[in-house]
Amino acid sequence: MAQKKSHNDQSEDNHTNESRRNFLKQSSLLTALAVTPPALMKAAEAGLDEKAAGFFEKKPLAIEVNGISHNLSIEPRTTLLDLMREQLALTGTKKGCDHGQCGACTVHIDGNRVLSCLTLAVTVEGKKVTTIEGLADGDKLHPLQEAFIKHDGFQCGYCTPGQIMSGIACIREGHANSDDEIREYMSGNICRCGAYPNIVKAIADVKKGGQKL
Amino acid sequence: MINFDYVRVSTTKGAVDAIVKDATAQWLAGGTNLVDLMKKGVTTPQKLVDINNLPLKDIKKEGNKLVMGALALNSAVADNELVRKEQPLLSLALQAGASAQLRNMATVGGNMMQRTRCPYFYNTDMPCNKREPGTGCGALKGYNRMHAIFGASDKCIAVHPSDMCIALVALDATVLVSGPKSDRRIPFQNFHRLPGDLPQKDNTLERGELIVAVEIPDNKLNKNVHYLKIRDRTSYAFALVSVAAAADLEGNTIKDVRLAMGGVAHKPWRLMEAENFLKGKGASEANFRQAAVLAMKDAKGFGQNNFKLKLAPNTIVEALKTATGKS
Repeated sequence: MAQKKSHNDQSEDNHTNESRRNFLKQSSLLTALAVTPPALMKAAEAGLDEKAAGFFEKKPLAIEVNGISHNLSIEPRTTLLDLMREQLALTGTKKGCDHGQCGACTVHIDGNRVLSCLTLAVTVEGKKVTTIEGLADGDKLHPLQEAFIKHDGFQCGYCTPGQIMSGIACIREGHANSDDEIREYMSGNICRCGAYPNIVKAIADVKKGGQKL
Repeated sequence: MINFDYVRVSTTKGAVDAIVKDATAQWLAGGTNLVDLMKKGVTTPQKLVDINNLPLKDIKKEGNKLVMGALALNSAVADNELVRKEQPLLSLALQAGASAQLRNMATVGGNMMQRTRCPYFYNTDMPCNKREPGTGCGALKGYNRMHAIFGASDKCIAVHPSDMCIALVALDATVLVSGPKSDRRIPFQNFHRLPGDLPQKDNTLERGELIVAVEIPDNKLNKNVHYLKIRDRTSYAFALVSVAAAADLEGNTIKDVRLAMGGVAHKPWRLMEAENFLKGKGASEANFRQAAVLAMKDAKGFGQNNFKLKLAPNTIVEALKTATGKS
């Protein structure tokens, strides 16, 4: 973290900024060491610089999100959810539980609904990701987005992107043939506000409409 | 999550070699359990070997067996026409598990390898002999509502959480494994272990052995089937008790029957004694009740899960009634 230094700083301010900077450097180093695997420590001690560099090595990733190709360099531990929200500024997909239990992070990979919080981004190499931001065609909303508005399918809206992504896939999969089936096949998306009845209505409406999604 | 190295392999041999030469490495398939465990710090591999490119995704007939590649997705198997026609019990069990999103990510092999969801196993602050041998079993005298009533030891009372495995053990499946020394075939019944004194070992695989496929032999058990999963919610929750039931009926006589239970043991629990009692008998509630009593021999509760001693036999009876059209 760099501190901006004015050229007019007195030497005392410079000294404070320097010790702050040193403190940050030291504590970052200590933190980095704390989360470093023991094998890496050994490699560093043995002066095996190449092996040491390999552990923090970022991996290349070529991925298409909402029709736009990206060439990135990321740590393997980056989830697709964090990649989208933090590096691609696509914050429509939400982090609800981060453990695969709520469905708020649901996106499509090659058209299939999956949980982005449990997907390591490096495994999405060469695949096509669709998020809630990728549904509308300019100002023209996706049929299911329209249906959610028409049927009042959301209150706080936090689960809604996941519900819509999941709902589209549910219809495409052929699992929206009755209200009971919709409830069962949408059970991976939790709504704390309890908008479930209207979510079911929205999905049933679009399914009845018969449009190809 | 700790940082780790990541490589991709494209052959079974490559996958096996990568694990054998690095003791800190683990295979990554769907990741729905592994990534979760890594986020919680329960498991901390220093390298992940991504096996998703291995050509192990097919579902097909080979002679008189239905063969599923270890990387076939749970959703693909559940929706597969061959599976629905010839082994519908498997499709029903899969549909009862997890959520649609998870089924689109999880693989056949991964479903078998998944770890228990015991809260003491999952919490690195808690004693757990499975996660850290020698630290004790927190569930034994703790919160054990979801835990085992069969086959437990004082080292571990955890259950295997899978639904798919209950159907596979009922259908006499075989697991095909490829290892550093050789390939081998493991009867499904022998794949998972009881905890005994080594709760840290969930199954009988040696390090470096990779599941490549699961086979189900042809049978006449596709007409009268049911998978009954009893849980705290209508959907998307692990089983308190689940029963896979399949019968081959001639009129009202049970010619062949398979029964297995989930949510009750460290491994999928096949009910051989109950099956042997029912063979040749009429499909009636009275007979189902007697079979259930036999199945519950040796059952033992640990306090908060004593209700399973009543719930389990009732679930067996209801599953059989539905499977045979008597409900």
